[in-house]
Amino acid sequence: MTTVRISDDALARACGADELAAAFARAGAEVERTSSWGMHWLEPLVEIDGQGFGPATVDDIAAILDGSSSLGIGAIVEHPFIAAQQRLTFARAGKTRPLSLEDYEATGGWAGLKRARQIGPERIVEDVIQSGLRGRGGAGFPAGIKWKTVASTQAGQKYIVCNADEGDSGTFADRMLMEGDPFALIEGMAIAGEAVGATKGYVYIRSEYPDAIAKMEAAVRASASIVAPFECEIRVGAGAYVCGEETSLLNSLEGKRGEVRAKPPLPAIQGLFGKPTVVNNVLTLAAVPHILSEGGAALYESLGVDRSKGTMPIQLAGNVKHGGLYEVAFGITLGELVNGIGGGTASGKPVKAVQVGGPLGAYIHPDQFDIRFDYEAYTAADALIGHAGITVFDDSADMGAMARFAMHFCAEESCGKCTPCRIGAVRGVELIDRIRDAKTGGGRELGQLEQEPQMHNMPKRGRSQEEEIQLLEDLCETMKFGSLCALGGFTPFPVMSALKHWPEDFRK
Amino acid sequence: MSSQEKLAQIVSEHEGREGPLLPILIDAQKELGCIDEDAEAFIAAALNITRAEVHGVVSFYHDFLSQPDPRPEVQICRAEACKARGVEALMADAEKTAGGRVKLTDVYCLGLCSAGPSARVGDTLHARLDGPALTKLIEKA
Repeated sequence: MTTVRISDDALARACGADELAAAFARAGAEVERTSSWGMHWLEPLVEIDGQGFGPATVDDIAAILDGSSSLGIGAIVEHPFIAAQQRLTFARAGKTRPLSLEDYEATGGWAGLKRARQIGPERIVEDVIQSGLRGRGGAGFPAGIKWKTVASTQAGQKYIVCNADEGDSGTFADRMLMEGDPFALIEGMAIAGEAVGATKGYVYIRSEYPDAIAKMEAAVRASASIVAPFECEIRVGAGAYVCGEETSLLNSLEGKRGEVRAKPPLPAIQGLFGKPTVVNNVLTLAAVPHILSEGGAALYESLGVDRSKGTMPIQLAGNVKHGGLYEVAFGITLGELVNGIGGGTASGKPVKAVQVGGPLGAYIHPDQFDIRFDYEAYTAADALIGHAGITVFDDSADMGAMARFAMHFCAEESCGKCTPCRIGAVRGVELIDRIRDAKTGGGRELGQLEQEPQMHNMPKRGRSQEEEIQLLEDLCETMKFGSLCALGGFTPFPVMSALKHWPEDFRK
Repeated sequence: MSSQEKLAQIVSEHEGREGPLLPILIDAQKELGCIDEDAEAFIAAALNITRAEVHGVVSFYHDFLSQPDPRPEVQICRAEACKARGVEALMADAEKTAGGRVKLTDVYCLGLCSAGPSARVGDTLHARLDGPALTKLIEKA
C-alpha cells in the first residue's frame, strides 16, 4: 500500500490538508500526518517515497497516485529551498510525526537532556554560553548569561517560562515548532530547568494558535514521565499582543492585567511570583537540545557571523512568491532572502518595501538589500531582526498608510502603563491623518483654544505640513526613548523608516 | 446548570493552580459567552480578591466580553502580512456580506503570514482567501 505523508500543520490544514488526507485514505492509501517542511506555497504538500507534489487538491489525487500528476517537485530533500538550508532547530521539520515519541527518539530526541543530566548545571550553562545562543524573541540577549543569573540566585522555587505569545505579523516559526516538534521545546525547557534548578515550567501560548495549544498539551502529557521531576504546564493567553513582552507575560501568568513591569528587578532575579525566572522564546529553548548534544555547542558556535552565532529560522511572509520557513546561519543578505530564496513578490510586481522583525520592525528599502542578517548590522541600520519575520510588500503598498497602521496598532495594543506609548500612539495616528489630508494640504490651522488670551505663549499661526512632519519626528523620538517596553519604544521604527524612504506616500 | 453552578465548577477545577484567574476567565468566557458583573463578583468572592481586580483583568484582554454576542463570529487577520497580500481590498464586501448577522472581528495575526489573507471561524483556520472564498465563509458562518 502506498504511504502518503501530509502535514498537519495549521497552515497546511487552513489550505485543505485535512480534506486531502481523508480523500487519500478513501482512495486506499495509508496516510501519515507529519510536520510541515515549511514550503508554504506548496501546501498542502503530498510526499510519497520522498517525492513531493503540491499544492495538491482533492481533484489531483488520482493523478498523483498513478504517477501522471504535473504537480511533482521531485525529491523534497533536494528541492533548492530545502537543500540550501542549515536546519538545526527545525531538523525534524517535514520528517517526523509531531506527537510520536518513537519518531522523536529515533531522530536524536532526549539525547541533549540525557547529557545535560550527566554533566550537571554548571557545564550546561557553560555549553549554552559557548554556543553563543542569543534570545530569539527579539532582544537577542545571550541565553547562557540569563541562565547563569538565575542559577546563581538563591530561592526555594524557580521557574522556566516559555514565551510562545508570537504576536508579530510575519512570524510563524514558534507556531510551526510547537505544532511540528513539540517535544523539542519541552526538552529544551527541561534542560533549562536542570541548569538553573527549576522544577516548574510554563508555556504561555496565544489564544490565536488553537492547533499549537492542542499539540503542546498532548505533548506535555505524553512526555511527563520522561522530563520528571520537571513539570511543564500550558497556559493560554487572551488576545493581548503586549503579553509577548516578558514582564507583561509574567503578570498575565500571575492572573493580572498584562501590564509591563519596570526593570529592574530583572525577571531572572524577581520574575514569576517574585521568584527567579528564565523567560525565553520558543526558538531559544528549542535550539537548546541540539546545543547540549555531544559537540552541539561547538557546531552552533562555528556558524554565523561576529556576535550573531548559530542559525536563525527566518520566516518569509507577506507578498512573497516562495513563502515559508528558511533556517540558515546568520550573515545572509536581505536581497538574497527576498529575491533569491523568496523569488520576489507573489503578485509579480516589483518589491517596494520589506518589513523585518514584525510590526515593530523598520521598513527596509530595496536600496538597502545588501544588509546582512546579523543583530548588530540591523541595529546599526536603525532596524531590528526581532523574531526574524520578513514581510514583503509590492509597489501597490501605501507606506503612509502602513505608518499610520503602526501607530494605530500600538494604540490598540498598548497596555497603558506608560504615557509615551498610551498617549503618543493615539496622537501619532491623528498626526499622520492630518499630514496625509489632501484637503488641508497636510497642515494644521490654529484651534479655538489656542487663540484664547490665556494661550499667549502659543505661536500665532497654524502649522505647515513640514512642521507637522517635524512634530511626528519629535513624537517618535519621545516614544523611542520614553517608553517602558518595546511596543512604544519600537513603534517609531516602522513610522520613521516609512517617512524616510517613501516621503511621497505622506505628502499627498 | 445555572451560570452560578457552571462558574462554581470552573473555579473548583482551577482553584489549586498558581495564578488561577486567567484560566478561570478563559473557561468562563467559553462556557457563558461573556463575563458580566455577576460573574466578576462570583469569581472575586471565590478567589478572595476584589471585584475591581477581576474587572481590571476582564477589561484588559480582547478575548473577554462584558455582554454576550449571539452572532456567529468570523475573525479576519488585518496585520501587515495579510495587508501585503490584499486583505484590505476584501473588507468592504466582507462587511456588506456580514451585515448585522455575522460579527466580523479584526485579529492581528493568525500565524499564516505566507498564505494570507486568512480568517478564523471557531477553531478552524482558512488561508489563501479571495473575495468569493471570504464571502462564502461569512455566509456559512
